Amino acid sequence: MPAPRLAEVTTVACIFFIFLVPLAAAGLALMNVGLGRSRSAGHMMMASLSALAVAGLAYFVCGFAWQGFIGGPGHALNLAGKNWNWIAAEPFFFRKLSFDGSAASLVALFQIFCVGLAALIPLGSGADRWRLRASCLSTGVLAAVIFPLFAHWVWGGGWLAQLGVNYGIGRGFLDVGGAGSIQALGGLTALAVTWILGPRRGKYSADGMAPAIPGHNAVLVLFGCVLALVGWVGLNSAGAILFTGGEPSGTALIGINTMLAASASALTAAFITKIRFGKPDASLTANGWVGGLVASSASCAFVSPAEAVVIGSIAGAVITFAIEWLELRMEVDDPGGSVSVHAVGGICGLLALGVFGQFQRPVLNVVGDSLPSTMIGIAPGQWLAQLIGVATLLGFVLPLTYGVNRLLNRFYPFRVSVEGERQGMDLHELGAGAYPEFITHTDEFLPR
Amino acid sequence: MKVVGFLMLLAGWFLVLAAIVLFASPPLRAAFALTGMAVEALGLILAFRSHLIPREEKG
Repeated sequence: MPAPRLAEVTTVACIFFIFLVPLAAAGLALMNVGLGRSRSAGHMMMASLSALAVAGLAYFVCGFAWQGFIGGPGHALNLAGKNWNWIAAEPFFFRKLSFDGSAASLVALFQIFCVGLAALIPLGSGADRWRLRASCLSTGVLAAVIFPLFAHWVWGGGWLAQLGVNYGIGRGFLDVGGAGSIQALGGLTALAVTWILGPRRGKYSADGMAPAIPGHNAVLVLFGCVLALVGWVGLNSAGAILFTGGEPSGTALIGINTMLAASASALTAAFITKIRFGKPDASLTANGWVGGLVASSASCAFVSPAEAVVIGSIAGAVITFAIEWLELRMEVDDPGGSVSVHAVGGICGLLALGVFGQFQRPVLNVVGDSLPSTMIGIAPGQWLAQLIGVATLLGFVLPLTYGVNRLLNRFYPFRVSVEGERQGMDLHELGAGAYPEFITHTDEFLPR
Repeated sequence: MKVVGFLMLLAGWFLVLAAIVLFASPPLRAAFALTGMAVEALGLILAFRSHLIPREEKG
Protein backbone atom coordinates (compact mmCIF):
# COMPACT_ATOMS: atom_id res chain seq x y z
CA MET A 1 0.00 0.00 0.00
CA PRO A 2 1.46 3.43 -0.86
CA ALA A 3 2.22 5.44 2.28
CA PRO A 4 0.25 8.67 2.71
CA ARG A 5 2.12 11.88 1.89
CA LEU A 6 2.11 15.23 3.64
CA ALA A 7 2.13 18.63 1.94
CA GLU A 8 5.69 19.85 1.27
CA VAL A 9 5.62 22.71 3.76
CA THR A 10 4.21 20.36 6.39
CA THR A 11 7.00 17.87 5.68
CA VAL A 12 9.71 20.53 6.05
CA ALA A 13 8.21 21.84 9.28
CA CYS A 14 7.84 18.31 10.62
CA ILE A 15 11.48 17.44 9.86
CA PHE A 16 12.62 20.65 11.57
CA PHE A 17 10.63 19.80 14.70
CA ILE A 18 11.83 16.17 14.69
CA PHE A 19 15.46 17.33 14.64
CA LEU A 20 14.83 19.26 17.87
CA VAL A 21 13.83 16.07 19.71
CA PRO A 22 17.41 14.88 20.48
CA LEU A 23 17.78 18.03 22.60
CA ALA A 24 15.15 16.62 24.94
CA ALA A 25 17.29 13.50 25.26
CA ALA A 26 20.37 15.64 25.95
CA GLY A 27 18.43 17.53 28.61
CA LEU A 28 17.24 14.38 30.35
CA ALA A 29 20.75 12.90 30.25
CA LEU A 30 22.24 16.03 31.84
CA MET A 31 19.55 16.02 34.52
CA ASN A 32 20.21 12.37 35.32
CA VAL A 33 23.92 13.09 35.61
CA GLY A 34 23.43 16.12 37.85
CA LEU A 35 20.93 14.42 40.15
CA GLY A 36 23.24 11.44 40.75
CA ARG A 37 26.49 11.23 42.69
CA SER A 38 29.75 12.69 41.34
CA ARG A 39 31.44 9.29 41.47
CA SER A 40 28.89 7.91 38.97
CA ALA A 41 28.62 10.92 36.64
CA GLY A 42 30.73 9.55 33.80
CA HIS A 43 28.96 6.22 34.04
CA MET A 44 25.56 7.88 33.77
CA MET A 45 26.55 9.80 30.64
CA MET A 46 28.02 6.63 29.16
CA ALA A 47 24.84 4.72 30.02
CA SER A 48 22.75 7.48 28.38
CA LEU A 49 24.77 7.32 25.18
CA SER A 50 24.63 3.52 25.19
CA ALA A 51 20.86 3.58 25.78
CA LEU A 52 20.36 5.89 22.80
CA ALA A 53 22.53 3.64 20.64
CA VAL A 54 20.91 0.36 21.71
CA ALA A 55 17.41 1.82 21.44
CA GLY A 56 18.03 3.15 17.94
CA LEU A 57 19.43 -0.15 16.70
CA ALA A 58 16.73 -2.27 18.34
CA TYR A 59 14.06 -0.01 16.87
CA PHE A 60 15.69 -0.36 13.44
CA VAL A 61 15.83 -4.16 13.67
CA CYS A 62 12.26 -4.90 14.74
CA GLY A 63 10.77 -1.97 16.68
CA PHE A 64 9.38 -0.11 13.70
CA ALA A 65 8.13 -3.35 12.17
CA TRP A 66 5.90 -3.91 15.19
CA GLN A 67 4.94 -0.29 15.70
CA GLY A 68 4.07 0.67 12.14
CA PHE A 69 2.21 3.82 11.16
CA ILE A 70 -1.33 5.00 10.57
CA GLY A 71 -2.71 3.20 7.52
CA GLY A 72 0.03 0.58 7.47
CA PRO A 73 -0.48 -3.20 7.58
CA GLY A 74 -1.28 -4.78 10.93
CA HIS A 75 -2.62 -7.86 12.68
CA ALA A 76 -6.10 -7.56 14.17
CA LEU A 77 -8.24 -9.68 16.46
CA ASN A 78 -11.95 -9.74 15.82
CA LEU A 79 -13.91 -9.24 19.05
CA ALA A 80 -17.69 -8.96 18.90
CA GLY A 81 -17.55 -7.84 15.28
CA LYS A 82 -14.92 -5.14 15.83
CA ASN A 83 -11.30 -5.25 14.72
CA TRP A 84 -8.73 -4.84 17.50
CA ASN A 85 -5.54 -3.94 15.70
CA TRP A 86 -2.85 -5.00 18.18
CA ILE A 87 0.47 -5.12 16.29
CA ALA A 88 1.84 -3.82 13.00
CA ALA A 89 3.11 -6.12 10.27
CA GLU A 90 5.90 -4.15 8.62
CA PRO A 91 9.06 -5.93 7.46
CA PHE A 92 12.15 -5.77 9.71
CA PHE A 93 15.12 -3.44 9.11
CA PHE A 94 13.01 -0.62 7.59
CA ARG A 95 12.67 -2.69 4.41
CA LYS A 96 9.95 -1.41 2.04
CA LEU A 97 10.13 1.99 3.73
CA SER A 98 10.68 4.65 1.08
CA PHE A 99 12.63 7.68 2.32
CA ASP A 100 10.94 10.17 0.05
CA GLY A 101 9.14 12.37 2.53
CA SER A 102 6.32 9.91 3.06
CA ALA A 103 4.50 10.09 6.39
CA ALA A 104 5.81 6.60 7.18
CA SER A 105 9.43 7.68 6.80
CA LEU A 106 8.83 10.73 9.01
CA VAL A 107 7.21 8.50 11.64
CA ALA A 108 10.28 6.22 11.55
CA LEU A 109 12.60 9.23 11.93
CA PHE A 110 10.54 10.68 14.78
CA GLN A 111 10.22 7.38 16.62
CA ILE A 112 13.89 6.46 16.45
CA PHE A 113 14.51 9.57 18.59
CA CYS A 114 11.44 9.00 20.78
CA VAL A 115 12.44 5.45 21.68
CA GLY A 116 15.83 6.76 22.81
CA LEU A 117 14.07 9.33 24.96
CA ALA A 118 11.93 6.62 26.58
CA ALA A 119 15.06 4.54 27.20
CA LEU A 120 16.78 7.39 29.07
CA ILE A 121 14.03 7.69 31.67
CA PRO A 122 14.73 4.49 33.67
CA LEU A 123 18.45 5.40 33.88
CA GLY A 124 17.60 8.23 36.29
CA SER A 125 15.93 5.86 38.73
CA GLY A 126 18.75 3.29 38.54
CA ALA A 127 21.50 5.86 39.07
CA ASP A 128 24.55 4.89 41.17
CA ARG A 129 23.80 1.14 41.12
CA TRP A 130 22.59 -0.11 37.71
CA ARG A 131 25.26 -1.95 35.76
CA LEU A 132 25.97 -0.68 32.26
CA ARG A 133 25.44 -3.93 30.38
CA ALA A 134 22.26 -4.66 32.32
CA SER A 135 20.85 -1.24 31.42
CA CYS A 136 21.69 -1.93 27.75
CA LEU A 137 19.87 -5.27 27.90
CA SER A 138 16.81 -3.67 29.47
CA THR A 139 16.90 -0.87 26.91
CA GLY A 140 17.04 -3.39 24.08
CA VAL A 141 13.85 -5.09 25.21
CA LEU A 142 12.12 -1.76 25.84
CA ALA A 143 12.97 -0.47 22.37
CA ALA A 144 12.35 -3.71 20.50
CA VAL A 145 9.12 -4.87 22.10
CA ILE A 146 7.45 -2.83 24.83
CA PHE A 147 7.63 0.66 23.32
CA PRO A 148 6.64 -0.43 19.77
CA LEU A 149 3.68 -2.42 21.05
CA PHE A 150 2.14 0.41 23.07
CA ALA A 151 3.12 3.04 20.50
CA HIS A 152 1.33 1.01 17.82
CA TRP A 153 -1.82 0.98 19.91
CA VAL A 154 -1.69 4.76 20.28
CA TRP A 155 0.13 6.13 17.22
CA GLY A 156 0.03 3.29 14.70
CA GLY A 157 -3.73 3.00 14.30
CA GLY A 158 -4.01 0.36 17.03
CA TRP A 159 -7.03 -0.49 19.17
CA LEU A 160 -6.58 2.42 21.60
CA ALA A 161 -6.59 4.92 18.73
CA GLN A 162 -9.66 3.21 17.29
CA LEU A 163 -11.78 3.41 20.44
CA GLY A 164 -13.56 6.40 18.91
CA VAL A 165 -14.43 4.90 15.54
CA ASN A 166 -15.09 1.38 16.85
CA TYR A 167 -16.99 2.11 20.05
CA GLY A 168 -17.82 5.81 19.94
CA ILE A 169 -15.61 6.58 22.94
CA GLY A 170 -14.51 10.17 22.31
CA ARG A 171 -11.96 10.38 19.51
CA GLY A 172 -10.16 7.34 20.80
CA PHE A 173 -7.14 7.54 23.06
CA LEU A 174 -5.16 10.67 22.16
CA ASP A 175 -1.55 11.40 23.06
CA VAL A 176 -0.10 14.19 20.95
CA GLY A 177 3.52 14.24 22.09
CA GLY A 178 3.96 10.98 23.96
CA ALA A 179 2.87 11.66 27.55
CA GLY A 180 1.80 8.03 27.65
CA SER A 181 3.74 6.33 24.84
CA ILE A 182 7.10 7.80 25.82
CA GLN A 183 6.92 9.36 29.27
CA ALA A 184 4.55 7.19 31.30
CA LEU A 185 5.92 4.05 29.64
CA GLY A 186 9.46 5.11 30.51
CA GLY A 187 8.41 6.15 34.01
CA LEU A 188 6.70 2.83 34.72
CA THR A 189 9.80 1.00 33.47
CA ALA A 190 11.78 3.20 35.86
CA LEU A 191 9.50 2.05 38.69
CA ALA A 192 10.03 -1.60 37.75
CA VAL A 193 13.80 -1.09 37.60
CA THR A 194 13.82 0.68 40.98
CA TRP A 195 11.87 -2.15 42.57
CA ILE A 196 14.24 -4.74 41.11
CA LEU A 197 17.43 -2.87 42.02
CA GLY A 198 16.39 -1.84 45.52
CA PRO A 199 17.61 1.37 47.18
CA ARG A 200 21.17 2.67 47.27
CA ARG A 201 23.20 1.55 50.27
CA GLY A 202 22.58 3.78 53.25
CA LYS A 203 19.43 5.36 51.79
CA TYR A 204 17.10 3.83 54.39
CA SER A 205 18.30 3.23 57.93
CA ALA A 206 16.90 0.71 60.40
CA ASP A 207 15.43 3.51 62.54
CA GLY A 208 13.13 4.51 59.69
CA MET A 209 15.08 7.58 58.57
CA ALA A 210 15.71 8.28 54.87
CA PRO A 211 18.58 10.77 54.63
CA ALA A 212 18.61 12.82 51.44
CA ILE A 213 21.40 12.01 49.01
CA PRO A 214 21.58 15.28 47.07
CA GLY A 215 22.55 15.50 43.42
CA HIS A 216 26.11 16.61 42.77
CA ASN A 217 25.61 19.34 40.16
CA ALA A 218 22.58 21.65 40.16
CA VAL A 219 23.94 23.58 37.17
CA LEU A 220 23.80 20.51 34.94
CA VAL A 221 20.28 19.79 36.16
CA LEU A 222 18.98 23.29 35.44
CA PHE A 223 20.75 23.53 32.07
CA GLY A 224 19.19 20.16 31.23
CA CYS A 225 15.78 21.73 31.88
CA VAL A 226 16.40 24.45 29.27
CA LEU A 227 17.58 21.94 26.68
CA ALA A 228 14.57 19.77 27.45
CA LEU A 229 12.23 22.70 26.72
CA VAL A 230 13.58 23.07 23.18
CA GLY A 231 13.38 19.33 22.62
CA TRP A 232 9.84 19.17 23.96
CA VAL A 233 8.59 21.90 21.66
CA GLY A 234 9.88 19.76 18.78
CA LEU A 235 8.44 16.59 20.27
CA ASN A 236 4.95 18.02 20.79
CA SER A 237 4.86 19.85 17.46
CA ALA A 238 6.08 16.90 15.39
CA GLY A 239 3.69 14.57 17.24
CA ALA A 240 0.76 16.89 16.55
CA ILE A 241 1.56 16.99 12.83
CA LEU A 242 2.20 13.26 12.44
CA PHE A 243 -0.42 11.72 14.72
CA THR A 244 -3.31 14.16 14.90
CA GLY A 245 -3.17 15.67 11.42
CA GLY A 246 -2.15 19.10 12.70
CA GLU A 247 -0.90 21.89 10.42
CA PRO A 248 2.41 23.74 10.91
CA SER A 249 0.41 26.92 11.61
CA GLY A 250 -0.99 25.24 14.73
CA THR A 251 2.43 24.74 16.28
CA ALA A 252 2.51 28.28 17.68
CA LEU A 253 -0.21 27.26 20.15
CA ILE A 254 1.66 24.05 20.91
CA GLY A 255 4.90 25.91 21.68
CA ILE A 256 3.10 28.42 23.89
CA ASN A 257 1.23 25.69 25.77
CA THR A 258 4.41 23.69 26.28
CA MET A 259 6.24 26.69 27.71
CA LEU A 260 3.30 27.74 29.90
CA ALA A 261 2.76 24.27 31.34
CA ALA A 262 6.45 23.94 32.22
CA SER A 263 6.55 27.42 33.75
CA ALA A 264 3.44 26.90 35.85
CA SER A 265 4.63 23.51 37.01
CA ALA A 266 8.12 24.71 37.96
CA LEU A 267 6.81 27.75 39.85
CA THR A 268 4.25 25.61 41.66
CA ALA A 269 7.02 23.22 42.74
CA ALA A 270 9.23 26.15 43.83
CA PHE A 271 6.33 27.71 45.76
CA ILE A 272 5.43 24.46 47.53
CA THR A 273 9.04 23.75 48.53
CA LYS A 274 9.46 27.36 49.72
CA ILE A 275 6.37 27.06 51.91
CA ARG A 276 7.34 23.65 53.28
CA PHE A 277 11.12 23.91 53.64
CA GLY A 278 11.70 27.67 53.91
CA LYS A 279 13.64 27.92 50.63
CA PRO A 280 12.83 26.80 47.08
CA ASP A 281 14.44 23.49 46.24
CA ALA A 282 16.40 23.53 42.95
CA SER A 283 16.13 19.83 42.15
CA LEU A 284 12.40 19.66 42.90
CA THR A 285 11.82 22.81 40.86
CA ALA A 286 13.73 21.23 37.98
CA ASN A 287 11.63 18.09 38.34
CA GLY A 288 8.54 20.29 38.34
CA TRP A 289 9.70 21.96 35.11
CA VAL A 290 10.16 18.64 33.32
CA GLY A 291 6.94 17.33 34.86
CA GLY A 292 5.12 20.30 33.30
CA LEU A 293 6.68 19.48 29.93
CA VAL A 294 5.62 15.86 30.31
CA ALA A 295 2.06 16.79 31.28
CA SER A 296 1.81 19.21 28.35
CA SER A 297 2.68 16.47 25.87
CA ALA A 298 -0.73 14.82 25.84
CA SER A 299 -2.93 17.83 25.33
CA CYS A 300 -0.81 20.72 24.01
CA ALA A 301 -2.66 20.85 20.68
CA PHE A 302 -6.16 20.72 22.17
CA VAL A 303 -6.19 23.14 25.10
CA SER A 304 -6.08 26.91 25.47
CA PRO A 305 -3.04 28.64 27.03
CA ALA A 306 -4.99 29.28 30.25
CA GLU A 307 -5.84 25.59 30.48
CA ALA A 308 -2.18 24.71 29.88
CA VAL A 309 -1.31 26.84 32.94
CA VAL A 310 -3.89 24.96 35.01
CA ILE A 311 -2.59 21.59 33.78
CA GLY A 312 1.00 22.60 34.55
CA SER A 313 0.09 23.84 38.04
CA ILE A 314 -1.72 20.63 38.89
CA ALA A 315 1.16 18.53 37.54
CA GLY A 316 3.72 20.56 39.51
CA ALA A 317 1.84 20.08 42.77
CA VAL A 318 1.13 16.38 42.21
CA ILE A 319 4.72 15.62 41.19
CA THR A 320 6.25 17.46 44.15
CA PHE A 321 4.15 15.48 46.63
CA ALA A 322 4.58 12.23 44.65
CA ILE A 323 8.38 12.48 44.88
CA GLU A 324 8.21 12.81 48.67
CA TRP A 325 5.54 10.12 49.05
CA LEU A 326 7.40 7.61 46.93
CA GLU A 327 10.74 8.27 48.63
CA LEU A 328 9.60 8.40 52.26
CA ARG A 329 6.45 6.28 52.41
CA MET A 330 6.90 3.73 49.62
CA GLU A 331 10.71 3.50 49.94
CA VAL A 332 11.26 3.92 46.22
CA ASP A 333 14.81 5.24 45.87
CA ASP A 334 14.61 7.17 42.61
CA PRO A 335 17.54 9.63 42.41
CA GLY A 336 16.35 11.22 39.16
CA GLY A 337 12.70 11.45 40.17
CA SER A 338 11.86 9.53 36.98
CA VAL A 339 8.84 7.71 38.37
CA SER A 340 7.15 10.84 39.68
CA VAL A 341 8.08 13.15 36.83
CA HIS A 342 7.49 10.85 33.88
CA ALA A 343 4.95 8.26 35.09
CA VAL A 344 2.86 10.47 37.39
CA GLY A 345 3.31 13.58 35.22
CA GLY A 346 2.44 11.63 32.07
CA ILE A 347 -0.71 10.17 33.59
CA CYS A 348 -1.73 13.65 34.84
CA GLY A 349 -1.35 14.97 31.29
CA LEU A 350 -3.32 12.13 29.72
CA LEU A 351 -6.22 12.58 32.12
CA ALA A 352 -6.09 16.37 31.70
CA LEU A 353 -6.76 15.94 27.98
CA GLY A 354 -9.94 14.08 28.85
CA VAL A 355 -11.05 16.94 31.10
CA PHE A 356 -9.89 20.04 29.20
CA GLY A 357 -9.61 18.88 25.58
CA GLN A 358 -11.42 20.97 22.94
CA PHE A 359 -11.37 19.75 19.37
CA GLN A 360 -11.70 22.79 17.15
CA ARG A 361 -9.94 21.16 14.24
CA PRO A 362 -10.04 17.70 12.66
CA VAL A 363 -8.34 14.88 14.51
CA LEU A 364 -6.75 12.20 12.38
CA ASN A 365 -8.00 8.76 13.23
CA VAL A 366 -8.20 5.38 11.58
CA VAL A 367 -11.13 3.25 10.55
CA GLY A 368 -10.35 -0.42 9.99
CA ASP A 369 -6.93 -0.76 8.44
CA SER A 370 -6.60 2.06 6.01
CA LEU A 371 -9.36 4.64 5.79
CA PRO A 372 -8.49 7.93 7.48
CA SER A 373 -11.41 10.00 8.71
CA THR A 374 -11.64 13.34 10.43
CA MET A 375 -13.99 14.48 13.11
CA ILE A 376 -14.71 17.90 14.52
CA GLY A 377 -16.65 19.10 17.53
CA ILE A 378 -17.04 18.08 21.13
CA ALA A 379 -15.95 14.61 22.16
CA PRO A 380 -18.28 12.99 24.67
CA GLY A 381 -16.51 10.18 26.44
CA GLN A 382 -13.00 11.48 25.74
CA TRP A 383 -12.25 11.21 29.46
CA LEU A 384 -13.15 7.50 29.27
CA ALA A 385 -10.84 6.97 26.29
CA GLN A 386 -8.00 8.59 28.25
CA LEU A 387 -8.87 6.50 31.31
CA ILE A 388 -8.70 3.31 29.23
CA GLY A 389 -5.25 4.34 28.01
CA VAL A 390 -4.07 4.95 31.58
CA ALA A 391 -5.58 1.61 32.66
CA THR A 392 -3.60 -0.08 29.87
CA LEU A 393 -0.38 1.56 31.03
CA LEU A 394 -0.91 0.46 34.64
CA GLY A 395 -2.56 -2.90 34.00
CA PHE A 396 -0.57 -4.12 31.01
CA VAL A 397 2.65 -2.13 30.52
CA LEU A 398 3.74 -2.12 34.19
CA PRO A 399 3.35 -5.90 34.74
CA LEU A 400 4.95 -6.57 31.35
CA THR A 401 7.99 -4.35 31.90
CA TYR A 402 8.37 -5.59 35.49
CA GLY A 403 8.20 -9.25 34.42
CA VAL A 404 10.63 -8.81 31.55
CA ASN A 405 13.16 -6.87 33.63
CA ARG A 406 12.89 -9.35 36.48
CA LEU A 407 13.61 -12.17 34.04
CA LEU A 408 16.62 -10.31 32.66
CA ASN A 409 17.81 -9.68 36.21
CA ARG A 410 17.72 -13.41 36.87
CA PHE A 411 20.09 -14.14 33.99
CA TYR A 412 22.24 -11.02 34.28
CA PRO A 413 22.02 -9.31 37.69
CA PHE A 414 21.20 -5.62 37.38
CA ARG A 415 22.79 -4.39 40.57
CA VAL A 416 26.46 -3.62 40.96
CA SER A 417 28.41 -5.33 43.76
CA VAL A 418 28.68 -3.74 47.21
CA GLU A 419 32.31 -2.89 46.54
CA GLY A 420 31.39 -1.35 43.18
CA GLU A 421 28.72 0.84 44.73
CA ARG A 422 31.08 2.01 47.42
CA GLN A 423 33.83 2.72 44.91
CA GLY A 424 31.50 4.49 42.50
CA MET A 425 30.25 3.36 39.11
CA ASP A 426 32.86 5.44 37.25
CA LEU A 427 35.90 3.70 38.70
CA HIS A 428 34.26 0.31 39.04
CA GLU A 429 32.77 -0.03 35.57
CA LEU A 430 34.70 2.47 33.45
CA GLY A 431 38.07 2.55 35.24
CA ALA A 432 38.18 6.35 35.39
CA GLY A 433 36.25 9.08 37.18
CA ALA A 434 34.36 11.91 35.49
CA TYR A 435 36.14 14.52 37.59
CA PRO A 436 39.72 13.27 38.09
CA GLU A 437 40.89 16.60 39.54
CA PHE A 438 38.21 16.67 42.25
CA ILE A 439 39.02 15.63 45.80
CA THR A 440 36.93 12.65 46.76
CA HIS A 441 35.23 12.88 50.12
CA THR A 442 36.68 10.16 52.26
CA ASP A 443 33.41 9.49 54.07
CA GLU A 444 31.97 8.22 50.78
CA PHE A 445 34.41 5.32 50.95
CA LEU A 446 33.75 4.36 54.57
CA PRO A 447 32.24 0.88 54.81
CA ARG A 448 28.64 1.04 55.99
CA MET B 1 1.71 -10.39 47.90
CA LYS B 2 3.86 -9.20 44.99
CA VAL B 3 2.31 -11.68 42.55
CA VAL B 4 -1.20 -10.92 43.78
CA GLY B 5 -0.57 -7.21 43.24
CA PHE B 6 0.48 -7.68 39.64
CA LEU B 7 -2.36 -10.14 38.99
CA MET B 8 -4.79 -7.53 40.28
CA LEU B 9 -3.31 -4.96 37.92
CA LEU B 10 -3.92 -7.35 35.03
CA ALA B 11 -7.40 -8.26 36.30
CA GLY B 12 -8.33 -4.58 36.51
CA TRP B 13 -7.19 -4.05 32.95
CA PHE B 14 -9.27 -7.00 31.73
CA LEU B 15 -12.30 -5.50 33.48
CA VAL B 16 -11.74 -2.26 31.60
CA LEU B 17 -11.44 -4.16 28.31
CA ALA B 18 -14.57 -6.13 29.15
CA ALA B 19 -16.41 -2.87 29.77
CA ILE B 20 -15.59 -1.70 26.25
CA VAL B 21 -16.78 -4.91 24.58
CA LEU B 22 -19.76 -5.87 26.72
CA PHE B 23 -21.57 -2.60 27.36
CA ALA B 24 -22.92 -0.22 24.76
CA SER B 25 -24.57 2.12 27.25
CA PRO B 26 -22.09 4.89 28.15
CA PRO B 27 -22.98 5.12 31.90
CA LEU B 28 -22.75 1.36 32.37
CA ARG B 29 -19.52 1.20 30.42
CA ALA B 30 -18.04 4.05 32.45
CA ALA B 31 -19.08 2.45 35.75
CA PHE B 32 -17.55 -0.88 34.78
CA ALA B 33 -14.34 0.78 33.57
CA LEU B 34 -14.08 2.74 36.82
CA THR B 35 -14.48 -0.50 38.75
CA GLY B 36 -11.58 -1.91 36.73
CA MET B 37 -9.50 1.14 37.61
CA ALA B 38 -10.34 0.64 41.29
CA VAL B 39 -9.09 -2.95 41.07
CA GLU B 40 -5.91 -1.67 39.42
CA ALA B 41 -5.46 0.87 42.21
CA LEU B 42 -5.69 -1.90 44.80
CA GLY B 43 -3.18 -3.95 42.81
CA LEU B 44 -0.82 -0.98 42.66
CA ILE B 45 -1.05 -0.47 46.42
CA LEU B 46 -0.26 -4.15 46.96
CA ALA B 47 2.67 -3.98 44.55
CA PHE B 48 4.07 -0.94 46.37
CA ARG B 49 3.61 -2.50 49.80
CA SER B 50 5.22 -5.76 48.73
CA HIS B 51 8.35 -3.83 47.76
CA LEU B 52 8.80 -2.12 51.12
CA ILE B 53 12.23 -2.93 52.50
CA PRO B 54 12.27 -5.34 55.46
CA ARG B 55 13.67 -3.71 58.62
CA GLU B 56 16.59 -6.16 58.85
CA GLU B 57 17.76 -5.21 55.34
CA LYS B 58 17.84 -1.47 56.04
CA GLY B 59 21.03 0.40 56.79
